[in-house]
Amino acid sequence: MNFDFSDDQKQLRDQARRFLAEKCPPKAVRAVLEGKADYDRDLWKGLAEMGFLGVAIPEEYGGTGAGHLELCVIAEELGRALAPVPFSSTVYLAAEALLLAGSEEQKQKWLPKISSGEAIGTLALFEGTGNPSPAAVKLAVSNGTLTGTKKPVADGAIADFAIVAARSGNSGREADISLFLVDLKAGGVTAKPLQNVDPSRQQAELTFAGAKAEPLGAANEGWSILSRVMDRAAVLIAFEQVGGADRALEMGRDYALDRIAFGRPIGSFQAVKHILADMYVSATLARSNCYYGAWALSTDAGELSEAAAAARISATQAFQHCAKQNIQVHGGMGFTWEFDCHLYYRRSNALALSLGSQSYWEDQLIDRMRKKNAA
Amino acid sequence: MNFDDTPQEAEFRAQARAWIDANAPKQYEEELRKASLGRVVLKGANILEVAKAWQKKKADAGWAVPHWPKEYGGRGASPIERVIWQQEEGVFGKLTAMFIIGQGMCGPTMMAYASEEQKRHYLPPLGSGEKVWCQLFSEPAGGSDVAGLRTRAEKDGNDWVINGQKIWTSGAHYSDYGILITRTDPTVPKHKGLTMFFLDMKSKGVEIKPIKQANGNSDFNEVYFTDVRIPDSQRLGNIGDGWNVSLTTLMNERMSIGANVATGFPELFEFCSSLMLDGGPAIEDRAVRSKLANWAVRASGLRYTSFRAISALSRGERPGPENSIGKLVAGSMIQDVAMYALDLQGAGGVLSGPEDAEVAGKFQAMLLRSPATRVEGGTDEILRNIIAERVLGLPGDIRVDKDVPFNQIPTRGRA
Ligand SMILES: Cc1cc2nc3c(=O)[nH]c(=O)nc-3n(C[C@H](O)[C@H](O)[C@H](O)COP(=O)(O)OP(=O)(O)OC[C@H]3O[C@@H](n4cnc5c(N)ncnc54)[C@H](O)[C@@H]3O)c2cc1C
Repeated sequence: MNFDFSDDQKQLRDQARRFLAEKCPPKAVRAVLEGKADYDRDLWKGLAEMGFLGVAIPEEYGGTGAGHLELCVIAEELGRALAPVPFSSTVYLAAEALLLAGSEEQKQKWLPKISSGEAIGTLALFEGTGNPSPAAVKLAVSNGTLTGTKKPVADGAIADFAIVAARSGNSGREADISLFLVDLKAGGVTAKPLQNVDPSRQQAELTFAGAKAEPLGAANEGWSILSRVMDRAAVLIAFEQVGGADRALEMGRDYALDRIAFGRPIGSFQAVKHILADMYVSATLARSNCYYGAWALSTDAGELSEAAAAARISATQAFQHCAKQNIQVHGGMGFTWEFDCHLYYRRSNALALSLGSQSYWEDQLIDRMRKKNAA
Repeated sequence: MNFDDTPQEAEFRAQARAWIDANAPKQYEEELRKASLGRVVLKGANILEVAKAWQKKKADAGWAVPHWPKEYGGRGASPIERVIWQQEEGVFGKLTAMFIIGQGMCGPTMMAYASEEQKRHYLPPLGSGEKVWCQLFSEPAGGSDVAGLRTRAEKDGNDWVINGQKIWTSGAHYSDYGILITRTDPTVPKHKGLTMFFLDMKSKGVEIKPIKQANGNSDFNEVYFTDVRIPDSQRLGNIGDGWNVSLTTLMNERMSIGANVATGFPELFEFCSSLMLDGGPAIEDRAVRSKLANWAVRASGLRYTSFRAISALSRGERPGPENSIGKLVAGSMIQDVAMYALDLQGAGGVLSGPEDAEVAGKFQAMLLRSPATRVEGGTDEILRNIIAERVLGLPGDIRVDKDVPFNQIPTRGRA
């Protein structure tokens, strides 16, 4: 047993942190937040050049083939920096779906473009309010074309292709769902950007009107592929959340050391100390759950689905907790547009909903624990 | 990042498992499994005798304190091997509870400060459970503020003469030895005038009075010292350096209790799987699932946090203040879990008798014991202070008594 990243992985983390400190300061996040761009193109290009987009993509498909632990390390740093780029939709969702279920031809076509930053991908699953479920998928396939609407779709308006969950049968069960790969630039799809709580990351509505659909994976296997993709993405997004939580804690700590009230740094008041101690506790529990998730992801262990749900729940709690308490520690300043606290607050809440709600993952976790106990 | 055993670890695990399988007192397995927090009762047997016999058997085969050096009764096992041993020992580890203070706190302090001759003399019987040790720190005037203690030690020739009172001393009534912190100089600020000793609990002038606890048990005691003589050779560390010596004890305390505090979660999960609620198992209820999931990730988070700490220990790092997290999280969790388990039982949850209560009253016992977990070995508030100050680097609390000679510090809050 060894429950830590290797020295090489820690070096990669330092490298990513330095790179992001330079290329992704809060100013860059705000540019996207304030609508000056739909994502940070320079940063995206830089991430490609660093090899970060293809870190878990095998060399034969243009990646560096380093692996998933390395991807976790990078995810944490992107989360710390609130990187305003379509990384999670392209790398955690689209690329992972292609790696898991894509045909050789699909992989050859899209994975090198992902690694090089030429193609942005996403997953189109949700259709409005509610949690992921086969019954909630109304968008239907017939004669190889898709008709229906998906929202919210992360980065939907800037993506080049989408993996789309569609109804291919009518029994109302998992077997009715199939996955399709749709080239969003090929016609038949309109994209409309939507307002959302974290405008530093875009959300869109995609309307499919007879769009040409290429099957991804076997017919009627869509739901089981999706579950695996979601589990993998859950671990990776959890690392982004832990990175964000850690940074929010650090901001709160630094402010508590600087700000004087009643003649003392506010960090010397026990009520403030205890807020920060509790932030540390939730960030630490989340990190530990994430490490277990990282191990399960990188080895594709049988424990992955349980580990992913635990990492997801714990990291969602930690980021929301730290982001909200960071504002509290900053007082009135924390609620100003100028201070960066709200950037973390926004992102923490957007990520909390990115793969379905907390209650959805709670359900998943308990189901999986029950299955394990029954086995 | 690797969760699996290395080949050496797997070999160690196999050895441990085989030995436990062949030697553990299996006749008590079921009762131990069912035992609730703070109350292990074995029908028709004296728990202290059973515990000592198991510990002795382990000691004879070198498994008693696997992580201790060989010369003091261990086998020099690595931190990870120690955990593997605990995992394999499973419920039989509950028998070891009464040795935790001695082995987890007194032992490491002796290792750091006793003479080589003393270590060879006192440590092996401590490891083997033949001799039980207790920790005489807290006093009526010094709990969280340990350095506020008043028990005096005065030099008389080659001896020290002890007068004063300790309180909340767990296991004093069956202990053979204790480590004792005293005040040797009341004219200097409180942290500077302390000195640490170890002593024979059967010494003349030591009087032990059991205290009845809020849950009805009597596991801790008052201990009175009247002209008790301790030879200078039983001093641990320099005169006036007792505070630093005690920090060794407290740090190990956090590590040894922090890594293993019960959370109540496995019990609650099992309970919710079997309890019928509105015609179905409770675990199928949405609200129940949500509660369970939230506790599940706290329990797993703690588990993997301790694995990370062990990985750091294996690299040669020392146990640090971050280990305060274990008891802080588990302490309030077990209390909340117990309250929730009772709530699920509705009006019947109030009953605590083994015949009438669900799961033989396990959660009711947990409810009544859990307040202590949040106090013993450092209160929640003190643990938060430690995290804030020593991990996050925030300023220390204002200490108005810091530079004041001890004998000039006021003794009551209200005049
Ligand atoms: C079951 C049990 C077993 C024990 N076993 C032993 C033993 O074997 N040996 C031994 O030496 N001791 C033992 N203790 C004593 C234990 O270490 C003390 O009870 C504990 O440290 C708290 O001290 P106190 O009881 O004096 O509470 P106090 O220190 O009086 O605390 C009262 C309240 O004030 C709060 N408080 C105090 N100081 C601060 C501060 N600076 N900031 C914020 N809040 C503060 C506390 O958090 C608490 O809420 C045991 C206690 C229990 C309950």
